[in-house]
Amino acid sequence: MPNVLSKVATVPRKSVNLSLWLGLILVGLVGLCVLLSFVWLPANPDAQSLLERLKPPSSAHPLGTDSYGRDLLARVLVGSRSALAVGLIAVSLGLVLGVPLGMAAGYFGGVLDRVLTLLLDALYSFPTLLLVLLLVTAWGAGLLPAMLAVGISTVPVFARLARAGTLSVKSEVYLEAARALGAGNPRILSRHVLPNIAGPLLVQTSFTLGAAILIEGALSYLGLGIQPPQASWGNMLREAQSFLTLSPYPTLFPGFAIVLSVLGFNLLGDGLRDRLGRR
Amino acid sequence: MNPVYLGSRLLGALLTLFLASLFTFFALSLIPGDPALNLLGLGASTEALEKLRGQLGLNLPPLERYFSWLAHAVRGDLGQSIRYSESVSTLMFERVPLSLSLVGLCLLISSAISLFLGILAAGRPGRTLDVVLRVVLTVFSAIPSFWLGLLLILLFAVHWRVLPSSGFSGPKDLILPLLTLVLIRTSLLTRTVRGSLLEVLGQDYVRTARAKGLGRRAVLFKHTLRNALIPMVTILGLEFAELLTGAVIVENVFALPGLGTLVLRAIEARDFPLVQGVVLLLAALIVAVNLLIDLLYGLIDPRIHYA
Repeated sequence: MPNVLSKVATVPRKSVNLSLWLGLILVGLVGLCVLLSFVWLPANPDAQSLLERLKPPSSAHPLGTDSYGRDLLARVLVGSRSALAVGLIAVSLGLVLGVPLGMAAGYFGGVLDRVLTLLLDALYSFPTLLLVLLLVTAWGAGLLPAMLAVGISTVPVFARLARAGTLSVKSEVYLEAARALGAGNPRILSRHVLPNIAGPLLVQTSFTLGAAILIEGALSYLGLGIQPPQASWGNMLREAQSFLTLSPYPTLFPGFAIVLSVLGFNLLGDGLRDRLGRR
Repeated sequence: MNPVYLGSRLLGALLTLFLASLFTFFALSLIPGDPALNLLGLGASTEALEKLRGQLGLNLPPLERYFSWLAHAVRGDLGQSIRYSESVSTLMFERVPLSLSLVGLCLLISSAISLFLGILAAGRPGRTLDVVLRVVLTVFSAIPSFWLGLLLILLFAVHWRVLPSSGFSGPKDLILPLLTLVLIRTSLLTRTVRGSLLEVLGQDYVRTARAKGLGRRAVLFKHTLRNALIPMVTILGLEFAELLTGAVIVENVFALPGLGTLVLRAIEARDFPLVQGVVLLLAALIVAVNLLIDLLYGLIDPRIHYA
């Protein structure tokens, strides 16, 4: 009978680099789609044709057409822009607001820490989707509200991580040394604390990008995100559902696009975490 | 149970609920412009605007408005829906049973499956089964629930024609939504079970148990599982929150008359009292379940006394 303990000691490490590389390839593919959508498209993504409605894949339309006869490949390519745009803007917002808040809470401690932690924990325990739905109700449906809402929902994630990281490096000797050399708090925080907590933040950034793409997809699917005729993977699926019995292709391809890009960012996050030596 | 623990948990739950209510209320006060004008349009008469403002309490200062809303809310009165001209609580409670049965059933099924799969995977880490599970679960964690729902409709309703695709007329209509939620949530829960089992398997007392000659299976079931279950109970609280919001999306995919479809109709109509009501109810349900789990936790694990 094989020993449980020896197995535990050798939890598989083989797939570590595989995650990183697969993730990089998939994320690179998404980036390539975005670039490609600006320089070349197989067809006008908005050109409708009643004769070409709901066609299966063919040489003229490699992925087929949707219920308006629009080329699906062109629309999936254009859709990659909104997915990545929402992801990047949302995550940047989360980083720009969350990291300084978390670092300040962890570094200065005291009342500031208590108040910030209480507020951020409350925000964190509030489910992301409810938060996003509230904000979208207040601001109306659209690309900008979706980006802002998803961004705000990621603030506590980054703030908690930055706070924990700052707490763990706070008493390091090199901070003491920097302080003895006369460095002020802003310099210590930006030059000494931030680089040392950057690893976990980078990992989280990758995961959050994937999560943001999922939420944007859900919002647009529910009709609260990016509005037609502008193509997004979510609103393509919303339109496709009415014609599910007539053609599966408008439902299949935008979904594949979402899965592959989210999978890419998740794998990249896994790979980075293992590479950076965290559990 | 320790009264101090009980008290601190109760107080914490009330505080969270209070913050949630504050948040729910003021997020919707961020609306640019005059909500009454937004709702009725530019062509509305002054009297109609004034009437709606009075109805929504917009003439009062924000804080006063909040406290009056809260005072009514704790008594179960969440105001009138603008779109349905019915009371918000009536509208909500008609739809609670469906949403809760969806979430409850899914919680039961996915915990059972993930416990089973997690034990299988953690029992022989690195073996074929573990690796295959890991790959499948990784892929599943990237699949959006609404797309999985559409795929299931495509298979079961369009291709095989064995199950209905949307609407609600009987328990049969719950099968596909339930399957969607279970598939999505089980993948995440199984990862957690596997992780927490492996962590416990690395503990000293497991080695001691093995060293005294106890079999692998006996160690797993007698020593490991019990201890790994404790963190899992806490995870169920988070899981409940995720499921509840997951159900909001899935209900919309399958056009089920639950809280999720209600809140979406309310958002589309910018029916603020109804949106506030549903969000507050969902938040309250999450807080209540977490409180329950905290108390349960205090009963299971005698080491816990204070928060």
